[in-house]
Amino acid sequence: MTDFLNAIVLLLNFLVIPGIAYGCQLALGALGVTLIYGILRFSNFAHGETMAFGTMFTILATWFLQSNGISLGPIPTALLAMPIGILAAILLVLGTDKLVYKFYRKQKSKPVIYLIASLGVMFFYNGLIRFIIGPDDRIFTDGSRFIITAREFKEMTGLDQGMAFKMTQGITIVVTIICVAALFWFLNRTRTGKSMRAYSDNEDLALLSGINPDRVVMIAWVLTAVLATVAGTLYGLDKSFKPFTYLQILLPIFAAAIVGGIGNPVGAILGGFFIALSEVAVTFAYKQVIGYLVPESWAPEGLVQLLSTDYKFAVSFTILVIVLLVKPTGLMKGQSI
Amino acid sequence: MSFLIGENMTGGYGGADILHDCTIGVEKGEIAVVVGPNGAGKSTAMKAVFGMLNIHTGRVMMDGEDITSLSPQARVQKGMGFVPQTSNVFATMSVEENLEMGAFIREDDIKDTMEQVFELFPILKEKRKQPAGELSGGQRQQVAVGRALMTQPKVLMLDEPTAGVSPIVMDELFDRIIEIAKTGIAILMVEQNAKQALNIADKGYVLVQGKNRYTDTGEALMADPEVRKAFLGG
Repeated sequence: MTDFLNAIVLLLNFLVIPGIAYGCQLALGALGVTLIYGILRFSNFAHGETMAFGTMFTILATWFLQSNGISLGPIPTALLAMPIGILAAILLVLGTDKLVYKFYRKQKSKPVIYLIASLGVMFFYNGLIRFIIGPDDRIFTDGSRFIITAREFKEMTGLDQGMAFKMTQGITIVVTIICVAALFWFLNRTRTGKSMRAYSDNEDLALLSGINPDRVVMIAWVLTAVLATVAGTLYGLDKSFKPFTYLQILLPIFAAAIVGGIGNPVGAILGGFFIALSEVAVTFAYKQVIGYLVPESWAPEGLVQLLSTDYKFAVSFTILVIVLLVKPTGLMKGQSI
Repeated sequence: MSFLIGENMTGGYGGADILHDCTIGVEKGEIAVVVGPNGAGKSTAMKAVFGMLNIHTGRVMMDGEDITSLSPQARVQKGMGFVPQTSNVFATMSVEENLEMGAFIREDDIKDTMEQVFELFPILKEKRKQPAGELSGGQRQQVAVGRALMTQPKVLMLDEPTAGVSPIVMDELFDRIIEIAKTGIAILMVEQNAKQALNIADKGYVLVQGKNRYTDTGEALMADPEVRKAFLGG
């Protein structure tokens, strides 16, 4: 029985909890992608860099607060600095929309042209970020590291395995719940939110009903900037901030949005968790877990790891390809690409 | 002069002209029906009146005001309601939300209007929480008409409201349309089911190749042997 519990705790500690935290970050990222797809009808490749940009300003503001001796005690100062990052990201995307995407909207360009334009925007943001903060790893987490440490857990339960619950993981989950609840309240309960859903559903009819497209587009960008900054900051807190990783994370985010059904917010969240948990589960070494569950003589010699962590992006890529082949509209009936 | 009239309209979608000196109009509280063979420009004439395509000659007048240069959105503000032929509901949104979105331009309380729509189409009240995309064809048309009524329009324009619904549902929809007209709203509609539509029409327009061929009261057109022979199947 203890062995069984140990195995469960081991899985929770190394697979489920990190997977959920990562899933939250992907879900927030995928929500931004899905919103832009729903309203502006293109895949925004600059989304990862938008996340990095917002996070960068959050970090700069965090450093400023830290140097002035302001902190939130056990909670990371970055949460206090986040509004600055959000503001910067909003200005960035609205500026980009005015300078780049608005032109294509007037031309009534095809989605693929937007997509290529967003690729250019991505490279531009990319350079801008490296120009301001550099390409290096930045760690900006402060406050206490753990809510429950592995040792405390072991003492509490008397098990061999400890379950650590990091502060950043706790914050990720709480902030995600708040953001998602606020977003759904906005989309389902407010007039403006409903008008955005209407615009996403049937653009022509929305125009006939007197819904102002410029306003809908602007709000979509603002929401996306908020979600991107929050997702980026949470990811940066949990891991570390390195501009290149925000380029890489674009793949799992798109996979999450598409697997869930692009254009569908509920799908983006489900997709985020699906991708994150698959990624962690496939790259996890099960040796110790199996060791607890089977008699000693059966214990495997190898790591029992399906895929090395170096290949973790292959997981989202594989899922993405399978979903596009088998069910292009995604799990939750989004628009097909 | 009619309450709403598109006079001597000539124009098209940018290429060759589809409408040639075409005139359609409707009075308050009356039903005007535009019929004609496929490709006659019925829907085009309707869209021209609503401002969805450019007419280079002719004008559109409503209540004595020239609205030729207004955008469709501005015409909605002026009191026109338009029900397109296809994708005329927000399929992923509930019936109630569809009606709410119909009233988006209104700042005042929309509850009474929604009640009126529910009185007109009781089935919608029952299904108010259901996504419009999950309803049957006839119910969906009711949502579409209800959505357009939410702005309390003076003119309601319907582009083939009975396309793809069963004959029974069609009769019911026509009954509802008559009821709407009785409240003083002018109704201009394009119909494939020419006979049934002319039966309820105060005024009928038969278009052929973008031109007015016959214009008369619905009854007179139904009685005209030429019209019967050529367009109503004898």
